[in-house]
Amino acid sequence: MRAKRLSIVLLVSLLVLGITTLGLAQEKILVFGNSGDVARLDPADVTDGESISRMDNIFEGLVEYEAGSTEIKPCLAESWDISEDGKEIVFHLRKGVKFHDGTDFNADAVVFSFERQYNPEHPYHQYGEWSYWGYMFSDIDRVEKIDDYTVKLVLSEPNASIMTSLAMFTACIVSPANAEKYKEDAFRHPCGTGPFKFVEWVKDDHITLEANENYWRERPKIDKLIFRVIPDPSARLLALEVGEIHGMEYPNPADFDRIKANPDLVLMSEPGMNIGYMAMNTGYGYVDANKNGVKDPDEPLEKTPGYFEPLTKKKVRQAINMAIDKEAIVRDIYMGTASVAKNGMPPFMLGYNDEIEDYPYDPEKAKELLAEAGYPDGFEVTLHVMPVSRPYMFDPPKIGEAIQSYLAAVGIKVNFYQVDWATYLQETEAGMHQMCLLGWTGDNGDPDNFLNVLYGLNACSIGTAGNYAFYTNEENQELLTKALRTYDVEKRAEYYKKAQELIHEDAGWVFLAHSNQNMVFRKNVEGFVLHPTSRMFFYPVDIK
Amino acid sequence: MKQYIIKRLLMLIPVLLGASILAFSLIHLAPGDPARTIAGEHASAQTIERIQIKYGLDKPLITQYWIWLKQALQGDFGRSIVSNEYVSKEILSRFPNTLELTLFSMFIAITVGVLAGIVSASRQYSLLDYGFMGVALFGVSMPVFWLGIMLMMVFGVFLRWLPISGRIDIMIPFTRITGLYLLDSIITGNWAAFISSLRHLILPSLALGTIPMATIARVTRSSMLEVLKQDFIRTERAKGLPERLVIYKHAVRNALIPVVTVIGLNFGLLLSGAILTETVFSWPGVGRYVVNAVQMRDYPAVQGCVLFFAFIFVVVNLITDIIYIYIDPRIKYQ
Repeated sequence: MRAKRLSIVLLVSLLVLGITTLGLAQEKILVFGNSGDVARLDPADVTDGESISRMDNIFEGLVEYEAGSTEIKPCLAESWDISEDGKEIVFHLRKGVKFHDGTDFNADAVVFSFERQYNPEHPYHQYGEWSYWGYMFSDIDRVEKIDDYTVKLVLSEPNASIMTSLAMFTACIVSPANAEKYKEDAFRHPCGTGPFKFVEWVKDDHITLEANENYWRERPKIDKLIFRVIPDPSARLLALEVGEIHGMEYPNPADFDRIKANPDLVLMSEPGMNIGYMAMNTGYGYVDANKNGVKDPDEPLEKTPGYFEPLTKKKVRQAINMAIDKEAIVRDIYMGTASVAKNGMPPFMLGYNDEIEDYPYDPEKAKELLAEAGYPDGFEVTLHVMPVSRPYMFDPPKIGEAIQSYLAAVGIKVNFYQVDWATYLQETEAGMHQMCLLGWTGDNGDPDNFLNVLYGLNACSIGTAGNYAFYTNEENQELLTKALRTYDVEKRAEYYKKAQELIHEDAGWVFLAHSNQNMVFRKNVEGFVLHPTSRMFFYPVDIK
Repeated sequence: MKQYIIKRLLMLIPVLLGASILAFSLIHLAPGDPARTIAGEHASAQTIERIQIKYGLDKPLITQYWIWLKQALQGDFGRSIVSNEYVSKEILSRFPNTLELTLFSMFIAITVGVLAGIVSASRQYSLLDYGFMGVALFGVSMPVFWLGIMLMMVFGVFLRWLPISGRIDIMIPFTRITGLYLLDSIITGNWAAFISSLRHLILPSLALGTIPMATIARVTRSSMLEVLKQDFIRTERAKGLPERLVIYKHAVRNALIPVVTVIGLNFGLLLSGAILTETVFSWPGVGRYVVNAVQMRDYPAVQGCVLFFAFIFVVVNLITDIIYIYIDPRIKYQ
């Protein structure tokens, strides 16, 4: 009896004290806390931030971003030449680079990685959805091998944003030998040329990567990189505080003071590449019958299902812009973790028009404008309020409530409409809303990826709209298309500045905020640089 | 007896069929398009259409159901639209996590709950009785989410006794065989892993076990009280049997039927995933999986999970019914 009791006491104390330092102490292991698990591990077949952040450390593309910016520098391609007509780009590839499976990186791998995405006849096309290709790279007509270390990209139209797009995860180069080995299961066995090699994936729990000893640059400073899934933000912060993890994404803004007060933690904040806005349905869109993403002459404008007379009037939309106190929303609801937006894209991007003067917060003037537009007593309108928190909008219901009270002050009664997220997107893309809260996080860091996809006429297709105000200004679309076809940076910027003037004047949106991206690390983690695209490159990171 | 079990197992067929039809209609009635959710917010119309065709989402509902049913009858529950992985594999890879957590928390719940119930009943209206039942009332009404965070704060952050998230210390090398970490570490003789996974089990099990524990305690108490009033107990006391024997040998066994029913129900519930606990404690179980699947409108995954849960429920109920026989020999199934 005694012995039994003693052994119980021993067992319990063993449990309590635990055996904590069993791992090889000299190994540098970085554990990062993510909010969710990845869907797949093929860089060309992922669309969500979680999957992308793992890809960024296993794979590389022909070009890559400079640290912390969206400017492009050589990576797997050492240099490139663009032809006179802007339709051909020849890449000279880096020699001596090996994939994690030991095979050579060469022109065949580049052609394989791209062709499987755009060519339906390609034997590996069936193994993925390739969502981003049709959206970002549809101007690429084909990719040709010239010799073992030279490839040519042939475009159907000159496209000035293609170089930044090539730094996207979608354009990462995968090992053809690995794809052949695993076929339809290759998404579970990622194999690239990047600084870290894939080790294991325990679903909903963690993904382990290890340093690539044969990396073509200097070997990474950490030996292992582990992404752990801790879905609850409070639990994630607790895990960081006790040292179970070394860094985490998406901290709760409500916890920022607690983080700042903790000497062991560092809160990193940078302006994010995003925009949160309220769109007002101006009434008309088109049906993209041939699904080419462009409004063709034989696709006439028609009323959207959410057509609402007052919002078709420019003065009403301007009045709504003046009735909302954005400063207060950013200060109180974003809790200072964002900056007030006056244009539809963040300020650090090419062609941002800083000369535009934002609509002032002026309820009196708003009432006047409403009266001029024929609504002296206001009206009743419905607002679609997002059911989820997104990087560009942490707390949509609260923002909705703020807008509701601001608009009530000028006589406009706002009714809430809420529905689950998948339906929300479906309804707003079909133009069923009168007003809606939404936003955008940029893909590649090119202005085209904001202005053209969010505010262009081509994006007013009912059912698949990206332009949720259904702002159908043709002049604006012309400017945006011209800008996309121009490689001259100055000229491009001019087109974009002009376009932003039109967008501002016609006031289809109330641009609310660009929210910061935030990450928390333990103090001994050094070298992580927040990237505008929110991608996570752990290559330069070290643990002291 | 054997016939009875076979009959019960045969009844599984209409149950599963009904569950699948119900799940299928519900998830399809809910608006939202899975092709949309995998293609991402930024996808083109062509891409979405291609995905719809690939997964047969463009066909009429009845055809979709028929195709699914035909495959399911051959044991193929299809591939998840989101992860492209076989649904059966997705569920079975996560189920051991849920099973281990359930077993452990039910172990705590039953031991503590039954004991507390017995003690309370045998000393009705004593301080101990009020104490236990007060705690039980508190336990039933406590939100798991809050309880979980509190346990983490106290034992993980302030006292630093126990880890607060995950399944095992990931620095410890570990081989998965059955997916039940305690069992696997015993099989491989990996004691570091055994202790680590046991330590990781404690807080989530406490959080998850609290409500069943409280329910079990209350049911045990009331059932015991009823039994203690019966004639045979008076007879036993009258013939001078020690109170300890009266209670633990004779009364408890007679009071157990409703307790076993409650335990069975809770088992079935917990086995279909404890979403909140799994989220707070970063536990990679089936509960989190099915919620994600519903949110992403991952039709095959939702279908698979519902069928699986229905199956588990029926089997657990069957086992409960069989246990009745052993507790009360008067019960016979024809």
